[in-house]
Amino acid sequence: MDFNHSEERRMLQETLHRYLSDNYDSEQRSASVSQGQGYSEKVWSDFAELGVIGVLFAEADGGFGGGGFDIAVVFEELGRVACVEPLMASGVMAGHLLSALGNDEQKALIEEVIAGDLKIVSALEEPQSRYDLDAVETMAERIDDGYRLNGTKSVVIGGPSADKLIVSARGEEGLLLFVVDADAAGVERYSYPNLDGYHASDIALVNVEVPASARLGASQVVLPILEAARAAGVVALCAEAVGAMEAAKDLTVEYLRVRTQFGRALGKFQALQHRMSTVLIEIEQARSALINVAGHLSAEPSLRDKHVSAAKNLIGRVAQLVCEETIQLHGGIGMTEEYALGHYAKRLMMIDHQLGDVDYHLERFVGVMQTEAVREIS
Amino acid sequence: MDLNYSADELAFRDEVRAFLNENLSPTLSEKVRLGKRLSKTDHEEWHATLNKRGWLAINWPVEHGGTGWNAVYRHIFEEELCLAHAPRTVPFGLSMLAPVLMKFGSKAQQDYFLPRILDGTDWWCQGYSEPQAGSDLASLKTRAVRDGDHYVVNGQKTWTTLGQHADWIFCLVRTDAEVKAQEGISFLLIDMKMPGVTVRPITLIDGGQEVNEVFFEDVRVPVANLVGEENKGWTYAKYLLTHERTNIAGVGFSTAGLAHLKEICTKQMSGGKPLLENPYFAGRIAQIEIDLMAMATTNLRMIAKAAAGQAPGAESSMLKIKGTEIRQAINDLTRRAVGRYAMPFVSEALDSGANAQGVGPDYACAASPGYFNNRKLSIFGGSNEIQRNIISKAILGL
Repeated sequence: MDFNHSEERRMLQETLHRYLSDNYDSEQRSASVSQGQGYSEKVWSDFAELGVIGVLFAEADGGFGGGGFDIAVVFEELGRVACVEPLMASGVMAGHLLSALGNDEQKALIEEVIAGDLKIVSALEEPQSRYDLDAVETMAERIDDGYRLNGTKSVVIGGPSADKLIVSARGEEGLLLFVVDADAAGVERYSYPNLDGYHASDIALVNVEVPASARLGASQVVLPILEAARAAGVVALCAEAVGAMEAAKDLTVEYLRVRTQFGRALGKFQALQHRMSTVLIEIEQARSALINVAGHLSAEPSLRDKHVSAAKNLIGRVAQLVCEETIQLHGGIGMTEEYALGHYAKRLMMIDHQLGDVDYHLERFVGVMQTEAVREIS
Repeated sequence: MDLNYSADELAFRDEVRAFLNENLSPTLSEKVRLGKRLSKTDHEEWHATLNKRGWLAINWPVEHGGTGWNAVYRHIFEEELCLAHAPRTVPFGLSMLAPVLMKFGSKAQQDYFLPRILDGTDWWCQGYSEPQAGSDLASLKTRAVRDGDHYVVNGQKTWTTLGQHADWIFCLVRTDAEVKAQEGISFLLIDMKMPGVTVRPITLIDGGQEVNEVFFEDVRVPVANLVGEENKGWTYAKYLLTHERTNIAGVGFSTAGLAHLKEICTKQMSGGKPLLENPYFAGRIAQIEIDLMAMATTNLRMIAKAAAGQAPGAESSMLKIKGTEIRQAINDLTRRAVGRYAMPFVSEALDSGANAQGVGPDYACAASPGYFNNRKLSIFGGSNEIQRNIISKAILGL
């Protein structure tokens, strides 16, 4: 057993930490939020230069990481500053899909992603799919030399700044994935900011014609690979949540130390101390769940997904606790847009709505648990 | 990071499993699995079995006859014992008194008492709590007044676990009432057979008698039985309490309890199907399993820190709170799982070796008593509220 990060990861973490402390203050954050596309070109190219995008990819793809803990260290730091640059959208899931399914030409795109020159975002979920990656109504109809796509993708984070999209669609051959130019004819993006400052798009595909070569993983069953990509995305989200929780906790502890009421510091009231220590214990649990899921990202799928669902469920619950308790412990100040706590709180709650919420993952976990129990006992 | 055990650790785990296979009798493990009360003989036999293998004093250094294992090995060992439904070793002599004697006791005390703890000659119990001094330990009132070569002890201890079997009790006693509460306390070893010592069992709400009141009436204790210096007992008591508490998270207990619960849920029916297929009940179990998976890792993280020489300190308070919450939640669901058979209460059926028959399935008898018995988990060893106070001060700095 070893719960320490490798030397390289620690260095990357420190570099990113320093960069974000120096460059990603609340002013920079609101600048990114207020951009129509929801990100800063400068920050993005800095990320590329620092190797932050490259570490999300394996060496075979031109990166220098790609493992669960590589993703975790990056996103924990991003979470700590409530960063809204769409690194998860572009780097983690779409990157995983390209890497796992792409032909040479498609894989070559990864190099541009790592360099920060190209953003590819996966657009998988739909208005009625409710976190289910297999519930796809978008249609892929065969035409002479390719496919015609029709359908709608919902709340695609990073959608506004995407150069290319990876969309799922149902065709004669089953569930299919396509790499589509974001400004191709028939791709209609309706973009907006999310509650947490990230920017997203609803994307309508209206008779979008793509060549057969746009199909990703031409001869493969894609659902298991979508699940693997989601697992990587869950690691990123869980890490981001842990970073945000730590930051929210630190802010709150500091506040409890300095704010006085009835003649003494708030932190001297036992009722508040106990609530705060519960928050602390649960954040340790969240960190353990993150370590579990990051450590099992390359495990066989059923074990991996058990940890995916366990982590996403636990972190969803803890995130809500941290959000609600830290606001409560702050009082009115915690509710103001000006004060940073709200950014963490909002992000923590929105993470639950990405890649499956607490209930969705509880149900999935139950499925795994029942199968295991029957196997063990029989 | 690497979440896996090393090859050595895995080999050790196999060795422990093989040992348990050969040496833990099915009768005894069945008693533990079904939540029966163990007899003194059950405890003594298991103690002797472990001692014979040299695996009794898992937290002692080798020079005193312990295993010298690091925190990871101890964790593996304890976890395997729990999973095999082995009895828990009685901790008072082995893991509470012994470390204090090794650090603060005289050579004579070490030479006399430590071997007797190992070979089972002396059964120890703990005399800390008093009727008016529970979590506020420093307010204890039992007096020890020096009279020549003796202390004369008067007072009362309570919640003395398994004191009815004990030969000796280690006590905190007040030797100076004039100073600050923490400063006038001494650590005294008292022979339970001395005139003036009376033990009275307390029957708990689960029908069991595992705790006792102990009364001292003019008990004459030789000064040689004072550990360390007079009036320095608080330091030793704190050492005992903050001395790395093994297995405080109880991951093994929870893991075994959860497996037991799931097995019950494959046998109990709900709407014509096994209870495990009831989505609401399965969801409740899943929630606990998810918490337990995370806590097992939290526990290993703290153990890894301890094995690397960083004392766990206040972090053990986190493990205590979360660990006991999870164990209590499992007890709660186990009670719910057996449905109507949670109600019959044949206390005698829970006694080890008793002939009395319980009502309903064998796993149902201890379900409700087990739930009530384990309400203690969040009370003893410093209540969970006290643990939160510790976390607030020591970790959060509030």
